[in-house]
Amino acid sequence: MGAAIEVRSLKAFYSGSEALHDVSMDMGANQVTALIGPSGCGKSTFVRTLNRMHETIPGASVTGSVVIGGVDIYADGTPAVEVRRRVGMVFQKPNPFPTMSIYDNVAAGLKLNGFRNRHKLDEIVEKSLRGSALWEEVKDALKKKSGASLSGGQQQRLCIARALAVEPEVLLMDEPCSALDPISTGKIEELIDELKQRFTIVIVTHNMQQAARVAGYTGFFLLGKLIEFDKTEKVFTNPSDKRTEDYITGRFG
Amino acid sequence: MLAPGSALPNNLPEDTSKAAALRQVGARPIAVRTSIANRLGDNGFKFLTMLCSLCVLGIVVLIVVELVSKSDLSLKQFGWKFFVGSNWDPVAGDFGALPFIYGTLVSSFLALLLSVPLSIGAAIFITELSPVWLKLPLSFLMELLAAVPSVIYGLWAIFVLAPLLRKCVQPPLGKYLGWTGLFTGPPFGIGMMAAGVILAIMTVPIISSITRDVMTAIPQTQREGVLALGATRWEMIRMGVLRNARAGIIGGVILGLGRALGETMAVTMVIGNRPEIQKSLFAPGYTMASVIANEFTEATGDLYLSAIIEVGLALFIVTLIVNALAQGLVWMTTRGTPARTRGQ
Amino acid sequence: MASNAIHTTTLTPISWTRKLANHFLTFFATASSIAVVIPLFAIFVYLVIKGIGSINLAFLTQIPKPVGESGGGMANAIVGSAIILAIASLIGIPLGIGAGIYLAEYGYNKLGNAVRFTADVLNGIPSMVVGIAIYGLIVVVQKHFSALAGGVALGVMMIPMVSRTTEEMLLLVPRMIREAAWGLGVTQWKTALSITLRTASAGVITGVMLAFARAAGETAPLLFTAFGNQFWNFNINQPTAALPLQIFAYAISPFDEWHRLAWAGALILILLIVAAVTAVRIVTSRGVMKGGA
Repeated sequence: MGAAIEVRSLKAFYSGSEALHDVSMDMGANQVTALIGPSGCGKSTFVRTLNRMHETIPGASVTGSVVIGGVDIYADGTPAVEVRRRVGMVFQKPNPFPTMSIYDNVAAGLKLNGFRNRHKLDEIVEKSLRGSALWEEVKDALKKKSGASLSGGQQQRLCIARALAVEPEVLLMDEPCSALDPISTGKIEELIDELKQRFTIVIVTHNMQQAARVAGYTGFFLLGKLIEFDKTEKVFTNPSDKRTEDYITGRFG
Repeated sequence: MLAPGSALPNNLPEDTSKAAALRQVGARPIAVRTSIANRLGDNGFKFLTMLCSLCVLGIVVLIVVELVSKSDLSLKQFGWKFFVGSNWDPVAGDFGALPFIYGTLVSSFLALLLSVPLSIGAAIFITELSPVWLKLPLSFLMELLAAVPSVIYGLWAIFVLAPLLRKCVQPPLGKYLGWTGLFTGPPFGIGMMAAGVILAIMTVPIISSITRDVMTAIPQTQREGVLALGATRWEMIRMGVLRNARAGIIGGVILGLGRALGETMAVTMVIGNRPEIQKSLFAPGYTMASVIANEFTEATGDLYLSAIIEVGLALFIVTLIVNALAQGLVWMTTRGTPARTRGQ
Repeated sequence: MASNAIHTTTLTPISWTRKLANHFLTFFATASSIAVVIPLFAIFVYLVIKGIGSINLAFLTQIPKPVGESGGGMANAIVGSAIILAIASLIGIPLGIGAGIYLAEYGYNKLGNAVRFTADVLNGIPSMVVGIAIYGLIVVVQKHFSALAGGVALGVMMIPMVSRTTEEMLLLVPRMIREAAWGLGVTQWKTALSITLRTASAGVITGVMLAFARAAGETAPLLFTAFGNQFWNFNINQPTAALPLQIFAYAISPFDEWHRLAWAGALILILLIVAAVTAVRIVTSRGVMKGGA
């Protein structure tokens, strides 16, 4: 089951300069939330604060609170590593581990955290690959083919399977389809629809039509601020803020 | 403050305690290491690798301490006169290092005189003039040149280079340019000239590869800008590339100098090993590195050994300064990217 | 000068001096490249001509014969080098890789910059001074020359070399790969070892090979540490023969027979080094680590 995300007064900094200004929003469990906005508006930065990846950049910092499934992920005692086990991420450009087979890629998150049970691993790998609609295409060559030998779309689904294998509660997707062809994009969008039954999904996208297709809620970012956040239908057909309307109708961005 | 117009969906999961929420939503087959172990692992690893890095700094400290402490005797005995005295007499216990300093400087400058134009010329060829298919083999050959050990250069120099100089190069030089005083005396082959030539061959890879790196770093737009003004190829290279790469090229040359100053084996094998200062390039000489290589294990008496180590200390300090200067210049132009196999 | 006369542009030809300068440059650059490559070929050709005839079973299995007798080999030097290099690798490789990991993963601070700069500078100073320092530290204390001292000296030299190549190879691994692992909740140290280092492993190994090959060719630091030995020696606490030391000693000797052995030894040494350089070239040019399909 997915977890709900509550963000309050979140600010993000790169070496002292403020990139996200006071963002607050609630993303419900098992919902798909899309984040749209022009380049450089802060949506990727925002998403990376949700799994504490933002702070891996030297000089980066965060103030405010993010509560996932009732837990404050930035609380003093909470280690970032554990947060990242619970909040999975799929990146813009598929990044399978190049020296590992398909099987090892999917199992990587588990193995590296000490999970050793052979049988269980096999089960989980199959379940994850089925979950990302890749199983049928690779089931015969799991250990023989390397992760990097697949096509772009397949690689991205492999990365999704890898993220699913550790069974997070939230899945963050940072423009997952921007490097893919339309057919692969379509497959992944179908996937998102199925996955939302098990996870809360936050997807950053440049493509407004995609947001309209997959997301129940949409947030519009501009220059580091969250301008509007509402049901997707409303944001696209009857936005409350003029800036949202301008972006949606293509006046800028 | 919730964003305007947002509505909380109504299927929030049941909140449980912090640890439980983070670890046990649903049946979890996965064991999670405790946060303490993770943090220990991270900090411990960082600490261990940091210790390894400190070893690099430790090496410099080690060398300085050893050299200074062991040359103490000689430092106290001779003071700064050590570096201006030209009498190296182990029997009488009198040590002056001037012949070695002279030999080191002359052989190194002779080497640079020969290698700098050739290295830069070759670098220009590889980066700007060479057809694409030739670039890779040529740069590979340069890397090989850089990797040949000093002792093999020396071996080749004794048996091939020196006889070549003796038979084909020195006689005409003596005949036509002997009036300069630089090419007088019997042509042994072995001597300052041989040392200079082999050092030149050895420094070419370094100077050339750094020049190439620096020239390649100049963006194409610079070259195109100059060409668009109607420049010939030479003018484009001079104005668009070399001028911008100047600092780096000078750094490369100084790096080559640093290498030449400290080069030991090849020079020792062909310089003739005579601690005398002579004007002619045909004459045998001695360098700081060579005297150490030859006489270190033969040194009788503490003062003798201490004097040799003092030469080593001087060599170390000089090459340290020269190399640091050169590295600084090169870093400025290539912005501190890691040194590839830049030639030893 | 009718108003509807067609205006033609006249192209002024460039002056002959500029043309000459241009041709001269092309000539000079090409000639330089040739001049620079000739010694390399000359060295290789001579090594092969003079050395290949002498590489036979005797060479590889026997120790040098007394002066005046022909035959014999450099087996003791080859084995001695192997022993010394083994000791050197035990020191140089782990410490070098550790330092390289620190520089690549954590080293964006003053300490990292100081170490990086120092390593580059150390790679340029004469290797002999390391020999002098180890002489003071080990040989004087033990009161004799030894393979151990030689190994430590070469190992100390390997540390800055290996650390820089390791750092370079680790930095070639795209940040995205590390982020993928962090995103899965893998700790930083596990990511560095199991993911980053593993991905860069081909490159790191060839960097180590290169440092090893360079150390194998070093003579000067061994002059006052391992010192050399005309006979077999397997005791690391005794003076030991090494290939480059033997080549040096034989080259400067007055005996033709020993010269012959020197060429053969040099040929073996250069083959080892060419193999290492070529391997590095192949690995780094194929971009094995970028994760491309």
